[in-house]
Amino acid sequence: MSVLAHIFEAAGIATVVLSSVREVAQKVAPPRALHCEFPLGRPLGIPNDVEFQMDVLRRAFALLTEPSGPILVDHPVVIEADEQPVSCAIPPRFDASLPPCVDEARGIKKAYIRALERRGVTSVGRSIGADEVPSALAVLHAIANGQDWTTAEIPGGNIMSLCHDIRTYYEEAALELIDGPAPGGRAMENWFFEKTEAGATVLKARTAMRDAGAKFPVWFYMAPGNR
Amino acid sequence: MNGDQMMRAHSATLPAPQFDNPAWVSPVALADARVAIVTSAALYAAGDEAFSAVDTGYRIIDRERRDLVLGHWSPNFDQMGVKMDLNVVYPIDRLEELAAQGIIGSVAPRHISFAGNQPDDVSTIRLDTGPAAAAQLRQDGVDVVILTPV
Repeated sequence: MSVLAHIFEAAGIATVVLSSVREVAQKVAPPRALHCEFPLGRPLGIPNDVEFQMDVLRRAFALLTEPSGPILVDHPVVIEADEQPVSCAIPPRFDASLPPCVDEARGIKKAYIRALERRGVTSVGRSIGADEVPSALAVLHAIANGQDWTTAEIPGGNIMSLCHDIRTYYEEAALELIDGPAPGGRAMENWFFEKTEAGATVLKARTAMRDAGAKFPVWFYMAPGNR
Repeated sequence: MNGDQMMRAHSATLPAPQFDNPAWVSPVALADARVAIVTSAALYAAGDEAFSAVDTGYRIIDRERRDLVLGHWSPNFDQMGVKMDLNVVYPIDRLEELAAQGIIGSVAPRHISFAGNQPDDVSTIRLDTGPAAAAQLRQDGVDVVILTPV
């Protein structure tokens, strides 16, 4: 973002960056930056909080009246990511003959469809469609439990995309299942990896692939780097 | 170390280009300025071309569109804030409100989205796609850009 600011400025457009990593803004030194120590992925801080978002924009635009730069100003509010999993009910087991993750993925499908109908758009589909999530989880379940991943048929062919679609299917479904306050940054991720069978299966398959000698980028990006 | 702390610490160690003689534009008054959003969230309008894993290009988002797909490839950030409220990444409704209040002059007809995960040298963006996006914005009469990172 800070690099683009220099490029736009050279083309005659004034810029303000909402910085998310202070050291980068310091190094690249865009003409005007408002550093926002908010959860990554939320540069305006708080979803559905019009006043807070307006405050961020007002402080950012105020930098346009400064006579010279580079300017790096901190937003006075720090928002930490939420390390607790969001409170979100998962349907009970329905078909005990299926691996738990497959049963679970089937169980939340209605919530996913409801989310899709309400939002009108989904980010599932990079590699597989929502209908294929349960069968894709069956493949990861097999890898997690000892099947050689090099001979497994990875739906869609790209395991990073596959894991994106599985996680996104769950997180979008969860938007309809939340029974507590709106999730802060990371709360939904924590729920997926710490509370769901699917998340546990992704992590277990990832470990199995790593231990079986899969190349680093193949297994690492199946989940966030700190997991 | 939690996920955000890890990503911030990692990003701080990455090589970053230096600009020795940076340009500086003194903009028109905000109340007269046409404002555009440029984000690195890899958002794209439903039906438009998705972002690839190593995508140095950009997508144009028409002012009216709200049916945006999050196409970012990194698993290392919160993806749900933007799905609860687009404005937490792409503050298009806030810009419309600021324009209605006369605080900004107008909202640009087209906005720009890049992918935040880029090769370390960011050379394609510097040499090709960044200047192309700037030319696009200039064509639309944009005076001010607010950049929102993911």
